[in-house]
Amino acid sequence: MINSGDTAFMLVSAALVMFMTPGLALFYGGMVRSKNVLSTIVQSFICLGVVSIIWVFYGYSLAFGPDVKSFIGNLDWAFLRDVGPSPGPYAESIPHLVFCAFQLMFAIITPALITGAFAERMKFSAFLLFSILWTTLVYLPICHWVWGGGWIGKIGALDFAGGTVIHINSGVAALVCALMIGKRRGWRRDIFMPNNLSMTVLGASILWFGWFGFNAGSALSAGETAAVAFVTTQVSAGAAAVSWIIAEWLLHGNPTTLGAASGAVAGLVAITPAAGFVGPVPAVFIGLVAGALCYVAIMLKNRFGYDDALDVVAVHGVGGFWGSVATGLFASTAINSAGADGLFYGNPKLVVVQIAGAFGAMAYCALMTFVIMKIIKALVGIRISEEGEVQGLDLSQHSEVGYSL
Amino acid sequence: MKKIEAIIKPFKLDDVKAALNEIGIQGMTIQEVKGYGRQKGHKEIYRGAEYSVDFIPKVKIEIVAPSEMVPVVIHAIRQAANTGKVGDGKIFIMPVEEAIRVRTGERGKSAL
Repeated sequence: MINSGDTAFMLVSAALVMFMTPGLALFYGGMVRSKNVLSTIVQSFICLGVVSIIWVFYGYSLAFGPDVKSFIGNLDWAFLRDVGPSPGPYAESIPHLVFCAFQLMFAIITPALITGAFAERMKFSAFLLFSILWTTLVYLPICHWVWGGGWIGKIGALDFAGGTVIHINSGVAALVCALMIGKRRGWRRDIFMPNNLSMTVLGASILWFGWFGFNAGSALSAGETAAVAFVTTQVSAGAAAVSWIIAEWLLHGNPTTLGAASGAVAGLVAITPAAGFVGPVPAVFIGLVAGALCYVAIMLKNRFGYDDALDVVAVHGVGGFWGSVATGLFASTAINSAGADGLFYGNPKLVVVQIAGAFGAMAYCALMTFVIMKIIKALVGIRISEEGEVQGLDLSQHSEVGYSL
Repeated sequence: MKKIEAIIKPFKLDDVKAALNEIGIQGMTIQEVKGYGRQKGHKEIYRGAEYSVDFIPKVKIEIVAPSEMVPVVIHAIRQAANTGKVGDGKIFIMPVEEAIRVRTGERGKSAL
């Protein structure tokens, strides 16, 4: 039975999640050098187009269609056949199309997140191919594994709003991409000065705002669970912003604006898998750990020496993994009876299942991302020419500039 | 006539302008410039990556004044721009052959 309150809430939630991708574009766009601001923004923005087409043609069906061997959906719902105004199997009180649209927004932001890893040096043609192939060969199967009736869901792993599907997944892909495309020219020699950190803070704020749709909306109805997810999302993000700036204050001597914005995003990432399964106090703890942990992960990146330009690995990979583990620690059926109890509520098995699910997704994602990058390299090449990189991608790839002052 | 170029700390611009007004200097041209001398640059930190930025912002003032005024101008700038710390800037003096007011065609001191 369609419930108009739930439907209204889910339509608004879907729109909120859609808004996260332009928010991400600004978040990333402010951090690159001024010669690459537009190329960075457009890589996120155009995912709104590319993934929408895929989703209608075959994406939704492969991710959520009738299960084939716990690995992938079949093509029964290709071109959204049978996906209409009446409720589908995933949410009984909203039209199937609304669920489909809500999930589309998640599929859009995931490849957009990865763009931070190869920012400032990837050809636009290579990026377009990457977003198509990666969405098809990595996102759709892993989304199916967790939410579409696949094996990770079946072993009992909890992923409320996409800690594994979106964040661990994009973080691992980012690591593979950063290693394969190589460092930006002048890395550790030139100054990579962010062109506009106020824009980055605006982007982080839009992400935070949209995340209420992402997490509370993942309850799929406007009820108790949505309320829990809404509150845990807020307090985790806030706690992580605080712990990040404290960590950098202690380790580097100054609290920074970029740190506060990055910390908030880290806290949002970490609470994502746990949002509807944990209480507000564990959520504060999850955020506090996430802010400091992701900051330390960036320190380690600088030590390991791979050029993950905008720290997708540290924020989404590490933050997402911590969130998945934390779900296994703090989940409680007193908060959400549809969930499970975690380690601190007498069920040590959940944390093992959480880690198993995460590692399964990580291994598959790493392998497939490697193969996809090899294919693209053979077809069109991945990396921009030296001249184009020095000139900036805005001019060399798009014949435009972000600022003319 | 001499041209006086003074490179000073940006936050001292208002003080210097006021001091020059007081001794009768009626116009000046300024530029926001970047550079370094004995004062080293500063560090910037983005997500823990420290960069040392060598070129730091300064303001360059250009004034053309009658030769006999030069000592007074130098004195005024030094008084106003001095903080006692490294990086207060420098003053350069150079000869000017001619000055012409565009509107009237006046030349020399009366064009200043």
